[in-house]
Amino acid sequence: MTRTRKPGISRRSTLALMGAGAMSVAAPWVARAQAKTIKIGMPTILSGRVAQLGTSSRNAVMLEVDKVNAAGGLAGRQIEMVIRDSKGQPQEAARVARELVNTDGCEWLIDGEASSGSFAVHEVARDLGVLCVHTCSEASSLTADPKQHIPNAFRCVRQGIHDSIVGGSYAASIAKAKGLKKWATCSPDYAYGRDTTGEFTLYLKRFAPDVEVISESWPKLFQPDYTEVVTKILQAKPQALYSCLWGGDLTSYIDQANIYAMFSQMEVFAVNMADYTALTVVKNLPKGIHSGNRYIKTFPATPENAAWGDAYKAKYNEYPTNWSWQNATAVMFLSEAAKKANSTDGKKIAEVLKGLTIKCPFGADGTVTMRADDHTLVGYAIGWGTTIPQEPYVPEVKAGDWKAIFELEAEWKKSKGYT
Amino acid sequence: MTVSAVFVSFSAPYQAHDHESASVDLDALAGCLSSSACLVTQTTSGLIIGMLLFLVAVGLTLIFGVLKIVNFSHGAFYMFGAYFAMTAYQLTGSFALAMLAGAAGTAILGLIFERVFMSRVYGADVLMQLLVCYAFVLIFDDVVRIIWGPEFKSMGMPSAFQVMPLFIAGGVVPPYYLLLIGVALVVAIVLGIGLSRSRIGKVVRAAAHNPGMVSALGINTGLIYGGVFALGGMLAGLAGALAAPVRSLTPGMGFSVLIESFIVTVIGGMGSILGALIGALLLGLIRSFGSLGFPLFTEGLMYLFMVIVLVSKPTGLFGKEAA
Repeated sequence: MTRTRKPGISRRSTLALMGAGAMSVAAPWVARAQAKTIKIGMPTILSGRVAQLGTSSRNAVMLEVDKVNAAGGLAGRQIEMVIRDSKGQPQEAARVARELVNTDGCEWLIDGEASSGSFAVHEVARDLGVLCVHTCSEASSLTADPKQHIPNAFRCVRQGIHDSIVGGSYAASIAKAKGLKKWATCSPDYAYGRDTTGEFTLYLKRFAPDVEVISESWPKLFQPDYTEVVTKILQAKPQALYSCLWGGDLTSYIDQANIYAMFSQMEVFAVNMADYTALTVVKNLPKGIHSGNRYIKTFPATPENAAWGDAYKAKYNEYPTNWSWQNATAVMFLSEAAKKANSTDGKKIAEVLKGLTIKCPFGADGTVTMRADDHTLVGYAIGWGTTIPQEPYVPEVKAGDWKAIFELEAEWKKSKGYT
Repeated sequence: MTVSAVFVSFSAPYQAHDHESASVDLDALAGCLSSSACLVTQTTSGLIIGMLLFLVAVGLTLIFGVLKIVNFSHGAFYMFGAYFAMTAYQLTGSFALAMLAGAAGTAILGLIFERVFMSRVYGADVLMQLLVCYAFVLIFDDVVRIIWGPEFKSMGMPSAFQVMPLFIAGGVVPPYYLLLIGVALVVAIVLGIGLSRSRIGKVVRAAAHNPGMVSALGINTGLIYGGVFALGGMLAGLAGALAAPVRSLTPGMGFSVLIESFIVTVIGGMGSILGALIGALLLGLIRSFGSLGFPLFTEGLMYLFMVIVLVSKPTGLFGKEAA
């Protein structure tokens, strides 16, 4: 005779579940301390419009992790990466991050989220006290705002304010040299687009006070057609245009502006142009677009950087992205810190990371530093140049000066009430 | 260039962000309406947006008119059209073949999709039909991701169209967009005349009106349904192919176009070809002139217009009252 059971959860399995739940809440670190391998959790965007960037982050992390493991691991422990898709949704990123630590037993987090997601993961790191390195969020406030500061989180990413200072001053020097006084802007209508454009024009006007912004356009993020924006800008007849459109939006915009011959009518400053994702996709890349460096293997023009770019391409059959170098740098930092601390204890690593300077192919002078007071990356290669339609795409990049960036950044922090 | 030259001056004081973007800029709109150059540029800009939208929306409205199905997966055909065109262009280098591949490929796909899947849910609940369509929105997006990869692509403008734009009455008009408007116009005329005058058109209209009677007369309604679905898919595919040289290709690119197409069909009236044409052109013009006069409310204007139409004429401008 078969026993029938009422549907639903039995008392026995309820008890078992509760027990398991209590175990996982109460004693995850017991299991961790005994593990030979160290699990590092990584939420990032592996599906949707930005999947390419998330994938390139994963690729770069794995490229470096393989090197670390081949050299003996972190303080003798092999790294096991646990990488999960957050679909680019902040609440999903937070859930995944929590699950990685609580259920999968990850001891550290590498946060491969865009800005909105990174703030959510940051809160998880605050809550769980786990060591966390942000590798993709460029939003300045993530580390500049003292309210965000926690001892266990670091940001290994270029920063919006640094880009604005360098971009604004570079654009001002061109504006002065060529007499570009009437400017138009065209940027995506969300926090990143608004903030970056605001900061860029702030510094542009600061260095070239007679510049005037005569037309602003705010197309939607992922808008398929920009024709009405293109013609609106043509009507305004500016001498120069600034845009922080990126990815597929930027390439659409260029294709659509191209057939209106826009690029022969004004100087164009597109901060996100010099990224291989855009450079290699645009079929008719106009010559002479000014762009900030995202990742380009010719800047800094060192054998180390070129070798890294080539190694990445050899392994994944495409060039790295801006997110790639940042993620690779994060692994380099963690590896160096573990060596110095001779430990994988999150607290000890965090102590060592503060103010740590490491050799790095992406450093302006061959090194990068994790600044001690706000736990953010400084000293990375940053500059602007103009495009050509074939490799190396941006033959000459003018480097920004970190001394000047520090001065202006300090001033900006003060004006924001951060210091 | 030295670093000090990059940082030209440190002495200038901070300036406040003095140019606040206005949400309403009627001066700009009035200025444009009184200048022939601006009028020409913005009108053609509106026509381009409208005509591409028309091609997608007319397929949607045709399928609804005859099959009584709201084809929620219609955007996928636009996407496939663009990808087929890009691949054909890369293989052959011929723009004409690329357009043909976009249109023919999606026609075949539409026929298969209708015969194998949609024909099974004709009698079913509307929710069931929507679910099947939505499932295929996701499946088609993933198919594109598997075949062409998740990253965005660009087809590139054929060299024949890489020329200086024309200047008509001071306004700027790219030659490629003239072709685009021309193709869409021809489609509109052929469809309009074909459906009202030709024998096939009459049969299709009869099938839409009373499929049982048409079937009783010995006409294969399955063939008509498949044909109409293929035609609808082909038109969306043609729109995708025409858009491919100027828009980036990405999995999921059909979705935003689909939403706007629904607005067009709601404004013009479900099932009406003329309605789709007028609705699409109105939307295009609202976008192009709205971006001057109401830069922060361009999207809102489209929806506002749709609401006004819905309130004053719930069946749409050219929709027929339900029998």
